[in-house]
Amino acid sequence: MNLRLLPALLGLALLAGSAAAQEVIKIGEFASLTGGNASFGQESHKGTQLAIDELNAAGGVLGRKLQLITEDDQSAAGQAATAVQKLIAQDKVVALLGEVASSKSLEGAPIAQRNKIPMISPASTNPKVTETGDYIFRVCFIDPFQGTVMAKFALSKGWKKIALLTDVKQDYSVGLAEFFVKYFTANGGTIVRDQKYSSGDKDFRAQLTSVKAASPDAVFLPGYYGEVALIGKQARLLGLTAPFLGGDGWVGESLLPVAAGSLDGSFFSAHFSPDDTRPAVQDFVRRFRAKYKSEPDDMAALGYDSAMILADAIKRAGGTDSAKLRDAIAATKNHPGLTGVITLDAQRNAAKSAVILTIRNGAYKFQESVAP
Amino acid sequence: MKRPGPNLVFLFVLAGLAVLAPVAGWLGPYALDILVGIAINLILAVSLNLINGYTGQFSLGHAGFMAVGAYASAWLTLQAGTPSGVNGLVVFASALLAGSLCAGLVGLAVGVPSLRLRGDYLAIVTLGFNEIIKGAVQNAEPLGAQRGLTGIGQYTGFFSAFAGAALAILVVHNLVQSTYGRGFLATHNDEIAAESSGLDTTRYKIVAFATGAFFAGLAGGLYAHFKQFIHPEAFGFMRSMDIVVMVILGGMGSMVGVCCAAVLLTVLPELLRALANLESLPPAIRDFVSNRMILYSVLLIILMITRPQGLLNFSSRRAQASR
Amino acid sequence: MIEFLQQLINGLAQGGIYALIALGYTMVYGVLRFINFAHGDIFMLGAFAGFYVGPAVLRITGLSPSFAAVLLVLPIAMLACALAGMAIERLCYRPLRDRPRLTVLITAIGVSLLLENGGQFVFGASPRSFPELITDRALALPASLGSLATLTITLSQVLVLGVALLLLGGLRQIVGKTRTGLAMRALSLNPTAAQLMGVDLDRIIALTFGLGSALAGAAGILASIQQPSIDPLMGIAAGLKAFVAAVLGGIGSLTGAVVGGLLIGVLEALVVGYLSPTYRDPIVFGVLILILLFRPAGLLGRFQPEKV
Repeated sequence: MNLRLLPALLGLALLAGSAAAQEVIKIGEFASLTGGNASFGQESHKGTQLAIDELNAAGGVLGRKLQLITEDDQSAAGQAATAVQKLIAQDKVVALLGEVASSKSLEGAPIAQRNKIPMISPASTNPKVTETGDYIFRVCFIDPFQGTVMAKFALSKGWKKIALLTDVKQDYSVGLAEFFVKYFTANGGTIVRDQKYSSGDKDFRAQLTSVKAASPDAVFLPGYYGEVALIGKQARLLGLTAPFLGGDGWVGESLLPVAAGSLDGSFFSAHFSPDDTRPAVQDFVRRFRAKYKSEPDDMAALGYDSAMILADAIKRAGGTDSAKLRDAIAATKNHPGLTGVITLDAQRNAAKSAVILTIRNGAYKFQESVAP
Repeated sequence: MKRPGPNLVFLFVLAGLAVLAPVAGWLGPYALDILVGIAINLILAVSLNLINGYTGQFSLGHAGFMAVGAYASAWLTLQAGTPSGVNGLVVFASALLAGSLCAGLVGLAVGVPSLRLRGDYLAIVTLGFNEIIKGAVQNAEPLGAQRGLTGIGQYTGFFSAFAGAALAILVVHNLVQSTYGRGFLATHNDEIAAESSGLDTTRYKIVAFATGAFFAGLAGGLYAHFKQFIHPEAFGFMRSMDIVVMVILGGMGSMVGVCCAAVLLTVLPELLRALANLESLPPAIRDFVSNRMILYSVLLIILMITRPQGLLNFSSRRAQASR
Repeated sequence: MIEFLQQLINGLAQGGIYALIALGYTMVYGVLRFINFAHGDIFMLGAFAGFYVGPAVLRITGLSPSFAAVLLVLPIAMLACALAGMAIERLCYRPLRDRPRLTVLITAIGVSLLLENGGQFVFGASPRSFPELITDRALALPASLGSLATLTITLSQVLVLGVALLLLGGLRQIVGKTRTGLAMRALSLNPTAAQLMGVDLDRIIALTFGLGSALAGAAGILASIQQPSIDPLMGIAAGLKAFVAAVLGGIGSLTGAVVGGLLIGVLEALVVGYLSPTYRDPIVFGVLILILLFRPAGLLGRFQPEKV
């Protein structure tokens, strides 16, 4: 890199920033588009982008076009904070969308709060994210809710002996398990084995061998799809036949092909079901397929919902004044999202229903819907 | 030594920084974020240069020392209730010092195996220590374990970050340029010859590790109190690699080169970020640039093949010395 | 007791993968004395070679998933990886032959980063489902074994260990019995003398990279049969563990690499099964450090005191 290029490039970047038309509403998005979390970041970005494109095609918001400025944090610690600083200070965005991973949202949130820029996280489920301050929101349900839902479901099935298999590298997984155990044991269930793994592991026979030895009625596995699929497959090979229970992390492109039938008869809670018959969902699935040639997942739907809730709030606030916009987002009530009817509660978390899906013949089937 | 001594220069730099601090505030938070990033990387690169460059050891675990400093100091300021005002400054300064000392002690512990191992074996052992430190944090509930440590006060600013960088440069410079410090280079150039000439190479290695780790800990403390959130993954193998690349690119054992590399490698990603957002560029180029890690790695390979003494090392004598 | 034996079996199967990758580290270190950091990513390339070639092979030959399919895909992936490894050596490492080892090490790190990030760019970042080359199932153990019959040994586990041992045997033949192998050993003992005796340096080094990379490619296929979810970053963890295995066994020693790989696999299984996976990496590295402190040349390596 030629050193003399530096000032020239910086100048260009500044020019590009200031020359943009006045009437555009700038929305910042920070996401892990490359690196270890890229699969989640890219999906939620696709959903967010689709929402912005559709809003613009329909004439924008308040007669003004929306501009989505996306910054990649490379899934690297420290980078999310820099990206958010850049979006706020240089691009002067009026609001932030992001991140999927709680650890990245926790980096960006203090900065957004300090600058009084509203931030909506599509999928960070760690309760601490919105505790950062009154400008931080989320459109997904949080760990306590999901864990409790699955505990209730297990008890309703008559399963009293449950083994846990949690991903210790994901606070998401640990959180879900914690609240599952709390409700489950308070209502007559017992945890017969508590095993752990870490994201990125490929071999789970050690843990599954131990789980099998405890012969549970079911196994609670609140992990992400990459590992879940392998766990299902290896469990059946080891002769562990108990059904698995899980959370929204199960949804992913490669879950069913990798699991190859081994997860049939398992249940998990999710934000949305692609075979939801509501026209809005079916429409979204069709448009998503047309644009990206792939199936939308939970992350895409949550990204879409976060952008739509923001647009709706800008409309109700009548502008982009930060305090008014914050109040408008906080007042979101009964928003008809893809992931359910969303109301933001006093803790700025989404109160909405979860769906429980089951896997049958290698396909997702809607089981039941659970209200908050 | 007829020129003003380095200690005097250091005082001038500190005074200059105090004057500059308000200017940095005027540049805005994004620029401040990059500037503090530069200062932290300067400390890390200069301190690793003492171990890898001057003393000729090969450490792949610098981020581990950084983690010790970050967690120890953040835990301390949290325990003290993150006070503000003068109290806050005192708490911050003592926490930074304590964190750096902890890191220095760990560096001492890591320095001991380096007495018996060299080259690749030392590299893997330091990498192992890095993983062990990370693993210890991941299992420590009071430090937030996997969830990371939140709610750290924002104490680090332009002045403290660059004062830290200036201090690191001063100490490493003085250490290496002193008569005593010539022993680091001797240990590097030919350990056996150095030992035959009566130099205590063991001691030099331990001093290098402890000093390097102390400053890595300082960098960690500054980082924690700037970003306000730390997570074990922030101090993994990849982070150590980043620092190693800075030292190599700058030219091992070249203070100026390593400093330039630290600045360049902190600014480069942000420049690429700006490029990727330029609407006037064709989408294909923007796509490629937005995937900057690819560019970065290609750059690294080409540089090593065409200019292995380091991109920014202009002294040919040193280039030979950094064998 | 049954649980313990089961953990041993699981660990050995995982260790077989590490062993195959570790062999490549050890061979390259033997002749060039440098750590080929990109080696773990060659393992990833092997898996992706199988991902693209596997379905095509099944379609063209009309085979159903079986041993034959594995036997067809395995050499193709090994060849692809051998070529990739040799290309990397030719383009990135050969120009640096006479440079300091650290320069080469940094280049290797660059190559590794390029393969990982380039992989994400080309293959996509999401995990992919590896095609079914052979239907994995638990083997029925004879009832005469008593309570031991309740142990689960899967076809893929047997396959991994079998192929790993077979390839080790083949490698020992090549290194120990052929002229090329003799040249490799000569190079690792004394490069200058070997060259004076007419050993073609470029050819032997290229071959070493080819052989080592082919083994990593085989490991990629075998690992993907056991764990059919693959992604561009899968080589990082596996590569690091295999490297530890190579050092543990004594870098430069073929048998040492295999023993080290199996040991690391078993150690991991026991730590995960009886403690917690968060202790796995710290304990693996802790053991490594202890071994290096008390036996710096590894378990089976020869310690060479430095000569002036």
